This record gives sequence, C-alpha cells and structure tokens, in this order.
Amino acid sequence: MSGHEFQSHFDDPAAPGAGDIDHSDMSTNIDETTIAEMRQIAARYPQKRSALLPMLHLVQSVDGRISPRGIEACAQVLDITTAQVSGVATFYTMYKRRPAGKHHVGVCTTALCAVMGGDILLDRMEKKLGIGENQTTPDGQISLERLECNAACDFAPVMMVNWEFMDNMTPEKADELIDKLRNDEEVHSTRGAQITSWREAERVLAGFPDGLADEGPTAGPASLVGLEIAHNEGWTAPDPNNLPVNPAPEEGKQQ
Amino acid sequence: MNGIDTLTPVLTANWGEDHAWKLENYERRGGYQALRKAVGMAPDDIVAEVKASNLRGRGGAGFPTGMKWSFLPKDNPNPTYLVVNADESEPGTCKDMPLMMASPHTLVEGVIISAMATRAVYAFIYVRGEVLHVIRRLQQAVREAYAAGYIGKDILGSGRDLEVVVHPGAGAYICGEETALLDSLEGRRGQPRLRPPFPAVAGLYASPTVINNVESIASVPGIIGNGQAWFNAMGTEKSKGHGIFSLSGHVKTPGQFEAPLGITLRQLIDLGGGMREGHELKFFTPGGSSTPILTAEHLDLPLDFEGMAGVGSMLGTRALQVFDDTTSVVRTTLRWVEFYKHESCGKCTPCREGSWWLVQLLRKFEAGTASEGDVDKMLDLCDNIGGKSFCALADGAVACVTSAVKHFREEFEAGYKTPAWELFPYEKSALFSTESQASAAQKEGAHA
Amino acid sequence: MSVDTSKDAQVAEREDLITVTIDGIEVSVPKGTLAIRAAETVGIDIPRFCDHPLLDPVGACRQCMVEIPDAGNGRGMPKPQASCTIECAPGMVIQTHHTSEKAKKAQEGMLEMLLINHPLDCPICDKGGECPLQNQAMTHGPGESRFGGVKRTYPKPINISAVVLLDRERCVLCARCTRFSEQISGDPFIALVERGALQQVGTYEQDPYDSYFSGNVIQICPVGALTSVAYRFQARPFDLVSVTTTCEHCASGCELRSDQRHFQVKRRLAGNKPEVNEEWNCDKGRFAFVSARGEDRLTRPLVRRNGVLEPASWPEAIDVAVEGLRRAGDRVGVLPGGRLTLEAAYAYSRFTRQVLGTNNIDFRSRPLSAEEGEFLATRVAGRSLEDSVQYADLENAKRVVLVDFEPEDESPIVFLRLRKAHRKRKLEVITLAPYLSRGSLKVNARLVPTVPGTSAQVLGSLHHEGLLDSETVILVGERAGLSAGTLTTAASLADQTGAKLAWIPRRAGDMGAVEAGCLPTVLPGGRPVQDASARVDVQSVWNAGSLPAAVGLDAEAMVEAAGHGELQALVLGGLEAKDFRDPQAVRRAMDKVGFLVVLETRLSESAQHADVVFPVGLIEEHAGTFVNWEHRRGRVNTVVRHAVPPMTDIRVLAALADAMESALGFRGSAAALAEIDELGRWEGNPGPLLGAREQQPGVGEGDLVLSTWRGLLDSSAGMDNEFALQATAPRPVARVSPATAQQLGLQAGAEVSVVGPRGQLVLPLETVEGMCDAVVWVPQNSGASVGGALGAVGGDRVRLVGGAA
Repeated sequence: MSGHEFQSHFDDPAAPGAGDIDHSDMSTNIDETTIAEMRQIAARYPQKRSALLPMLHLVQSVDGRISPRGIEACAQVLDITTAQVSGVATFYTMYKRRPAGKHHVGVCTTALCAVMGGDILLDRMEKKLGIGENQTTPDGQISLERLECNAACDFAPVMMVNWEFMDNMTPEKADELIDKLRNDEEVHSTRGAQITSWREAERVLAGFPDGLADEGPTAGPASLVGLEIAHNEGWTAPDPNNLPVNPAPEEGKQQ
Repeated sequence: MNGIDTLTPVLTANWGEDHAWKLENYERRGGYQALRKAVGMAPDDIVAEVKASNLRGRGGAGFPTGMKWSFLPKDNPNPTYLVVNADESEPGTCKDMPLMMASPHTLVEGVIISAMATRAVYAFIYVRGEVLHVIRRLQQAVREAYAAGYIGKDILGSGRDLEVVVHPGAGAYICGEETALLDSLEGRRGQPRLRPPFPAVAGLYASPTVINNVESIASVPGIIGNGQAWFNAMGTEKSKGHGIFSLSGHVKTPGQFEAPLGITLRQLIDLGGGMREGHELKFFTPGGSSTPILTAEHLDLPLDFEGMAGVGSMLGTRALQVFDDTTSVVRTTLRWVEFYKHESCGKCTPCREGSWWLVQLLRKFEAGTASEGDVDKMLDLCDNIGGKSFCALADGAVACVTSAVKHFREEFEAGYKTPAWELFPYEKSALFSTESQASAAQKEGAHA
Repeated sequence: MSVDTSKDAQVAEREDLITVTIDGIEVSVPKGTLAIRAAETVGIDIPRFCDHPLLDPVGACRQCMVEIPDAGNGRGMPKPQASCTIECAPGMVIQTHHTSEKAKKAQEGMLEMLLINHPLDCPICDKGGECPLQNQAMTHGPGESRFGGVKRTYPKPINISAVVLLDRERCVLCARCTRFSEQISGDPFIALVERGALQQVGTYEQDPYDSYFSGNVIQICPVGALTSVAYRFQARPFDLVSVTTTCEHCASGCELRSDQRHFQVKRRLAGNKPEVNEEWNCDKGRFAFVSARGEDRLTRPLVRRNGVLEPASWPEAIDVAVEGLRRAGDRVGVLPGGRLTLEAAYAYSRFTRQVLGTNNIDFRSRPLSAEEGEFLATRVAGRSLEDSVQYADLENAKRVVLVDFEPEDESPIVFLRLRKAHRKRKLEVITLAPYLSRGSLKVNARLVPTVPGTSAQVLGSLHHEGLLDSETVILVGERAGLSAGTLTTAASLADQTGAKLAWIPRRAGDMGAVEAGCLPTVLPGGRPVQDASARVDVQSVWNAGSLPAAVGLDAEAMVEAAGHGELQALVLGGLEAKDFRDPQAVRRAMDKVGFLVVLETRLSESAQHADVVFPVGLIEEHAGTFVNWEHRRGRVNTVVRHAVPPMTDIRVLAALADAMESALGFRGSAAALAEIDELGRWEGNPGPLLGAREQQPGVGEGDLVLSTWRGLLDSSAGMDNEFALQATAPRPVARVSPATAQQLGLQAGAEVSVVGPRGQLVLPLETVEGMCDAVVWVPQNSGASVGGALGAVGGDRVRLVGGAA
C-alpha cells in the first residue's frame, strides 16, 4: 500500500536491538571473588548504583561478555532489578552480548576517518578475518567492530585494539597488526602499552590497574606538532611577571 | 598582535617531555604550586579569580566557568559534587585525550583547586571508556596524588577533604551532554534530564553539582598560578585565554596547536604545512561535527566564540576537520548523520525518528537515487527536528545537513541522478589507495 | 478537621495564582502549573503522548510543542517548547497550534515522525478506535506521510508478563509504562532497553513484569503497544458499552469502568476518582471478573431431595426454605459474608432481626475475636466519611503506622497512596510486622519487628518513643483483631495522642456490613442492640414489632452452635469455609445443622451442603453501593442488563420475608438505600471500648509463631478462570529469618513443612534478613488455606521441619 520496506532487528538474539542480552548462553565464571570485587567497586561511590558501569566492565573481564549471571549479580549487589541492569547494559556500545575475541579490533568510520581511509580499512579487515562487524573469528581470537569517533582525529585513519590507539593506519599496517594478533605476537599500541587482551583491558576499566600506565610515549607525534613549532619559533605563553601592555579596550570601544 | 605569540603552549607545554605523566616530573616543572597557592585562598576568592579570568567552558558551549561555579547554592544541606566531563566524543574533537594521557596531573591539580573553590568533597572524572591508556594514566595520577597528600583527608593541612574517582564510561556520545553524563554516573542509561532543576542545584544524587570540561578544569591551575591578568592577556575581546586547536583531515601535518583564542584557520593550516599537495580546502568544521560547516571564505575569521557565531556557526571544541576538494559533501554529511543516529539516546521523537529518516534520505542522495524535491523535503525535515528535540544532539545532526546544503546545494541535487562516488571517487579522498576501494564504495551505508 | 485543612489549602492556592495568556485567553492558574495543564483549563487540548498528570514530566515525545513569544519577562523563547515541561510564569504568553503556525508545524512534524516507524495496523489493533495516536494523527497530523523508507519491525507480540503483551513496533517510547512501574507502583521490572531508534520497552527474560498493578500500563499506553492478554481481540472499543462502577474485590473502593458487549463484561479499567484510586487500580480489580464463567455458575434454584440437590422452581425453593426456617424459629444463624453491597447487607440485617427474630448475624466469615466485635461496634460502626480517616489524610500525614496490615496485599490502593506520599512528601511509614514485605520496602517503611500477637505491646513502645501524635495516622488491618489488646490499645493511644485511627478491612462488603448491622451486637447505623432507644429507632423505620434485645452469636459461635445442634438453621451468603479459623468446624456445622439455606452465584462448597440454594446475580448484573474503608460510598451500577434481571440477595430475602408473612420493606437496592439513609446514624453514645478481657492463648505447639496474611493475588475464588492473572501471583513460600533457618538446620530454597495442630503446608523456604526470629510466615491462601491445612491462625504456634513431614 505505502510501498514501505521493513527492517527487522530481531534475527539474532545477541545483536544490538534484540531487546535483551543473550540468554541462550548461561555459562559464567562469576564467583564469590567477582562478587566481592563488585562490592569493592560499589564502595567507591557515595551511592552504590553509580558502580554499575564499572561493574559491567568487570563482568566482561570475567565472562568475556555481558552474561545473564553478570546481570543478575549486578542487580543483587546494587539492589536494583535485572530489567534496570539490562536497560543499562544494552544502552552502551562497549558492552558485548556475545563473547568478544581475545583481541577486540575497532575501525573508526565516522566521517573524517571514513573519508581518509577508514572505510577501506574496515572492508579489508572484514575480508581478511572473514567476519562482519560485531562478529568474532571462530577461533575466538579476534572480534571486529565499526567504531564511531574515538577522539584521535589528528591520527586518522584510526584503529583500536582492546581500546588502545593504533594511529595513522594503512592497509599494510592493518594487515600486519591482524597477523600479529592472530599469532599472539608482541604488539604495541602506537600511543600506549603492549597489547594485553580485551578482557584484561576491561578489568582496568573496572578500576583494577594492570601496572602498564608507564609504558608508551608521553604523546603521539601529531599531539606535538604545535608544540614543536612553538619551540622552533620561540613562541610561548606570556610571562605572568611581565605581561604585555594591553591597549585599553574599553576606551577603544567608546570611540 | 599586542605582543602575544601565535602559539602559546600552556596545557601542552610538557607534552614533549619524557614521562611527563609522572607526579615527580610534573612537580619538577612547577606542578601543584598553584594548588599550594589555592590552599591559602578563600574559596570565594578562587571563584572570583576564575570569574575575572573570563575563562569560558572549553567543552563547546562556552559558558563562563566562574559564573557556573557561582550558581552553586550556598545553603543547600547536601554535599557538592565536582564532575569533570572527559567523555570527549564529538567527531573531530581530540584534545582532552592527549592532555590526560600526557599530563594527567594538570587535570588532577585543576580538579583539586576547583573542588576547593566550589567546596566539593567528592570529584568524579567521567572519561569515555574506549581510551584504555588514558584511563591507566589518570588512575595512576589520582593514586599518586592521594599518596602525596594532594587528595584525601586534610589536603596540605588545609583541613579540606576530597575524594577523586576516575569513572570510565562505556560507549555513548550522549554522555558528553552534562545531564546525561550525570544519569550515566548514577549507573543509569545516559539520557538527558529535564532542566530545571539545573545541575548546580540538583545534579548528581540530586545534590549541587558543577560539571566542567577537561580543558576548562585543566586551565584553572594556570589561572590561579599566573593570575587572571595573565589569562586575559591572551585571546580576543570576549574570548580570553589559550585553547587547544585540533587540526585534522586533509592537511599535511594534522595535530594539536595551543594558541590564544582568535587564531584563524588560515594560520593553523599554514602551521600544519598547508593542504595536501595539489588540493584546495573545500569545507571544514570549526568545532566538531555539530558546528555548521564553513568554507574557504571563512579562512580568515578569528576562531573565537563571537567570530564563529557571527557566521552562523560555533567555536565548539575547536575541532577543525578540514576536507579538500576530493571530498563528497553528501558522503561526509551522511556519515555524520549516521553517527548521530547511532548515538541518539532514543529519548525524544525528533532525534530518534528524525535521524532514522535523515539517514535513509541521505543514502539516497549518496546513491544518486534521490527524487526531485528531496533536498527541500530534507530541509523541511531538518526544520521539524531542529530546535524541537530534548537536547542539542539532534541540533548537531541537523546543523551539518543544513549547513552542507547551504554551501553545496548543487551537490545534493546531483544526487537526484548521480551517485556521490561517481562525482567524487572515494579513493581520491583516502590517504592511501588499495584494490579494495571499489567494494568499499559499494558497501557504503550498508550498516544500520 | 480535614474540612478546615482543605479550606486553608484553597485559600493558600488562591493567593498563589498567576495569570498567563494562552491563545489570547487570560487564565489564572496556581503557581507551578504546567502550560499544557493551564491550556486544559480553558479548553485548549494540546496533543500529547508522554504527558500524564500523575507521572513526573519527561518531555520525551515532543508532541505538545507550543510557541512562547513572551516568557513573562518580555522576552520570547527562541525555540518552540514542550508544554508538558514548561511551568507557567506570570505574564507568560503561550501560543498553541490554534494561533501559531510554528507550533502547528512542529506538532505536525512530530506526528509525521512518530508514524514513520509505526505499523499503521489500526484495523487489527486493540487500541484502534480509542487510540490517542490514531486520534491525534487525525486531528493534528499532516494527513499524508512523506516517508517512503524502511520501517523497523520486531517479532510481535512478546509477553512482558502473563497478562501484558508488547508490540514493540507500535510503541512511541513515551515511557509512560516504565515511569508508572518505577514511580507509582515501584516495580521497575520493565525498563527502556537498547538506545536510539532501537530503543524499546523490555524486561529481563527471567524476570517478567509481575506487579500487582501491571494492568495500568495497558490503560495508560497511548498506542496499542501494550495490550491485555485477556482482552486481546475480544472487542472493538466502539462496540463496547461502558459503565462506571465500583470494584468488588477489596475495601479500597476503586471506581472502575466496566465494558460489556453481548451481555458479557469484556474488560475492566480503572475509573478516574481522584479522591480514591486516582486513575489506577490493581490487577485483581482489573482482570478478575470471570470467576463465575465456569460450569459451576448457578442459574436455577436447587433443592435437596433425598439427599441430592436438584433444580427446582423459584416458588418451590422458597416454600422449602420457608418451611425449614419456620421449623428453626429463632434458633437460626445468618452469615452473609463480606462481599455484599451495603443494601444487600442491610437486607440480611433486617431479615435476620425482623423476620427471623434473632441477632445471630455476623459478616465475618474469617477468624475473629470478641475484642474486634467490640471495637467494630464502638469505633467503626455508625461513622461517616467526614469523621473518618481518608486517602487525603494518608497523603498529608507526617507518619503512618501500619498495624497488622500489609497494604499492598490487603488494600492495594492504600499502598499506592502511601507510596505516593513517601515519594512526594517523604512520608514516614512505620510497620509493625515480622519482616519488611515487598510493599513495605517500596514505601521505605521502618520495620518495628513484631511477633504476631504482640502488636499491642509494640504500639505501646512506639508511644513511649513519642512516635504517635496528631500528625500520625494509625492503620489497623483486620488481622489486628486476632492480636489480643491491639485494637483496644490502638484506640486508646489514638485518643490520648490525637493520632488518627482507621480500621481497614479486606473485603469490599465489610464496611457496608458493619454499617448495615451485620454484627450480633449492632443494628444498622451503629446502633447498639442492647440499647432500647436504638431498637426503637429501628423499629419505627421498619414498622416492626419489638426487635430481639439479646446480643446474638458471632460467626464462630454460630458455627460452633450449629455444629452442636443448638442452631437449627443457617442462612449463608457468599462465603467459603476455608476462610474461617476452623474450616472443619464450618463444614461440620453445614453438615450437622438441621437446615441450610445458601444464596450464591456459584455451586460453592457451601452450596453443595445446602438444603436450598438460591442463585443470585453477579456483581455486574445489579446495582448497589460499596462502602470502602474510609466509609466512602461507591456506586455499583448494573453493567450487564438482562431482559429478565437475575434475582439478587435482596429480592430473595424479600420473597422469603413475604412467604413468611413478614415484609422486608423493599425489593431493590434503591429503596433499601433510601431506608438506610432515612434511618441514618446512631446519635447516641456507642459506649466505651472495654477491650480484651484476657489474652487468648495461642493454639498449637511448636517453637515458632505463625504469621500469615492473604496475598492480593493468590488462590482466591474471585480469580477463578482468569489463568493469565493467576500466573502472575507471587510464588508461595515459607519465610523465616536466616538465624531461625540455621537453628533448624534448614536451607533457603529447600522444601519445608509448616506443621500445625491439624496438618501441614509444604512450601519452599525463603530466608528474610531482619525478620523476627522464631516466626514463620506463610501465605494464607496458596491453594490450601492456612486455617484448613494447619488448623492455626496468625499468632498460633507451629513447627517447621525440613522436607514434606
């Protein structure tokens, strides 16, 4: 009648849009230690519900995804309903409904990165890995995500591995990165630490440091472009003890 | 111009130093001296100094920071909270992340001074979750500051206490909106709240709350340490101080440039080595994708709040995304609107449904299958969305469409017949070319 | 006193009025009024979806956009505003779609967007015909859509509970349902999930939206997204005939809208009665109306012949009944039950006194006490709405003390009002109970741990803490009658401290029965049976000879007497043996009594024992009045009007009176009500409440004290045949404190047996933090009734053992 097409968002119970997390996989590694750590996170806040986001990161570090047991544990610890936890877990894109890979690879395809090569990179990664976005290789080694802007536009095109920056990517660099990740070879972020794993990264996000803060450089090259020019030109912020004399703006304005 | 250099590194000054993120290195170059000074000041005097500095919020809206602090009620029985908005997610914006990675103590010192000014006893740094190493360094800096007695009980013998929590988000652009951020920080879905009540009166846990951007808070130690006159010495008449300008896109050397407000894009592109070889500037965003795009005719306008407002755009976060003549405006606009559709929280109709519709329309323009009159239909749809939504997210989505049509209407009209990738072969915009480009082009827009 | 308060409030409000101009019309509204509400007062209807006057504003749907050319400060607002979130300011100028093209375009644009993903399946949607989206799309929409793209779809419908279905693609994400569940009833088992264009209402798979109030979300859904399992595809709204009536399920007194088609009630909705249920009701009131649609519905009189109940004609049945009753003389007892309208109860009361010549009448078909009888006679009977505690008093109180009363289970609208007061005004709720129930948690009640039977002492200690004062309301439930001294203490502490006191019975007919004099000590209007002048009052209105002066037997005494042959006949209204303290005794009485007359709608257990059964009409088939716990009258209207109306209790009793050569004086409820009003309230002194003379020793033996009450949704006969509703009832469990479980070596989750004098109940064990030790709670009617299964009531001693003993 209207000629409308329809698009269903429910083919896959673990896909974003399904309305709930995946209950077909009830496996869990959450134990008393996890619960104790959840309570520890809750204790950081004046009101414990604030701990929900980091607690869900912890669930992912333990179960490799947002598991049903993880939802229930959060609800119990925080005295809220499972529906409330589920509402939060399905709102934020970092929470995964099916097991992410050991390494979670993201390719930024928001406008600027897309235009500068992000689209090409994502397509190439899909082909190379034989999976689509939000999927994981059958061996569980790598999962792939189409990212929105990750705040590194001066390093475009950008990829992320386990939420570590992989700046100024090219197809060749991306291929090499994937090969190394597949083979568990040593990989370093261009502006961060040696790559650990997605689960270990999630544990840091839950507030349990991994001791790697001192790895990597202070800043990437693009971050320093202006600073280096200033050095070369001798440009600095004014000396507070010797401020340049301002023309009186008020008088100037009255004329 | 009045004796101020073109670039004025303040926040970025130590980014080139080895291990600048460590407390000892930060202290060695004078770090935490401003805090020691602030400890001796009355809270109201700190507020007055920041007010007098004319510091305007660096998160995009440009609201005067000191004035925001002065809205906190004095007689509210609930504790006051300080929240740092480190959710940097606006496309093009990439200044806070390098700041927190390179020199987290600049922010932490700012947090402590700002907490003293606002009498906050609890501070949260809400940082987007997708930046692991930034979070590592922040967490470590906070631990170091606790150990040094800068945070915790009786800070430097001041009798003042402060707890600081680094709180990672979990992937939601909308949490950069301050009330959505508060809901998220309370462990809820990050959806904006009704105002009033404003956060200053009933924010986090319904208590008085002040929320500031990373760069705003990080600017406070300099203002306190060097005095408001120093800050006022930089910038233009109503846009004072230093700011980080993030240049990205089709320039030779993209990067961060800390300059007085009012620098021009022409200056920045020159500093960035000019446009890509053989190409001209086509359009740019002055302050992220939510700020209406501008073109070469705006190259010499001062990048300050008034200069950008004067041409119907906004200074935003000084995120200058520069696109050259190879770029399809239709494609870029589509990708931005796809971003807004993806990031719409879903709370209100125009944003949720309007972005769904806009993306479908723009895909037709890109594929060359739009119908005669669709440009006007799209503009009318934008009119039905813009200014009607719950928060400003949808306004950003609309702004990139309407400004793109304003400057490049013919490119959209070409979409009645010709695919964008034929008019602007996509491989020409990329920094590299591979055999996979053709299929990438076909896949364009295949994701929901 | 409440009258004075409301006057003060009105005066205060008037001082707070501000004036705004809407579409050129000046209107004065109280400060804080939302623009959309102010517009309503001058008849300007702004389209809306998310806005609901009883929910917090959310501003989500953006449908109610208006233009504000002057915010009251001389400056206009640059953008159109959602009128559901804008508070009126003095001098504000508001232009709606009637006068502003901008507002009109904004509204049209919003509707166009709301419909792009809507399936437009109105012809097969239950909401079609009464749908705010459909209606407003017609009145405020652009007529035609310019959207030619892809709509999102979802599998449909999905059960968010056994009673509520969700069609996600119809949903406009107004969040009325999720706000209701969180704000009003406090059961956030539904939540918005996902985000952006995929945002939807969802539950967590393992935890359905089982709330006592879940049906309200169907009613407030402004589209056809939430529909009722029971009503789905049953009727079109325009084929239904709607009647306003009052709910028969409890003493809350909800106004209902009952919709019928083809002589059958198809659905019931909450009515709009701000002073009582506002716009809400409970799921029992909404869904439980098909209990008489089973095969046990009585349509013809039955008479026992040769030991077998057989259908009989009306004259024949009346003859048999009259003969039996004549034989019994005044050695007869009348148990009308607690489900009657005021008028029907009054008919029983008059029939008993005037026709049968006895005061043996008691509506309490449940455990009772002499102290309770005295309390009802002196502190409840003969009161009016004006001198009673009302819902508004609960809302405005500083503190409410719950004594042997669980509002969410036993009077759910009282619960909603307490929750509202807690949410809006931080009402302090104190509960005297063995543990914090789900309902108590939702009003953030402070638990004063109270072992059943000890409420009197605990009330005394509250008084010593200074927690009873003139801003306190004490609510005693009907279980308080079983806790010796409690009612007496509550009454005397209320007198001493100025605290307000209300007795909240469980059944819809209870308060009317008290008013009508269905008590052995009380005549209609609270007149003491033993007071000669009170009797004279009644005699003169009834135009009767002298009425019996001796106090009658109470319900338990009648059962006892009938079982021993001291009563020779019993007349029973709708009641169930299993509701009594000792169901076996009731069965024995029904067996042993010489003659048993039953007036019933269904072939109940008592009907099966009867010598004569008179079928009476269903609640939807006749008119009358329920008196709720506030003493407020609620009109019961005939919903289903048959060409030949079914007999009612009143008509049956009138026919029996005629046949016994007496006269009931009326044959219908209107005449009965007129007589009740003519008689009026007793103006004499009801006498002092002397209180319990002695502590009744709890029966049984064992280490634990039994605590029990009826859940709102349980195995009640009123829920029969409504299987979806039954499926939402809480799972029956036995509850003890963790320490008690540990002491008995029992594990939470394990099956346990609660053992009483007569038998046992086998239930899974749940441990509750903070619960009184050495107390076990079980639901009163979880398939087996506590009385029947255990032979014990709350306060009695029982044992708890692992497994099925």
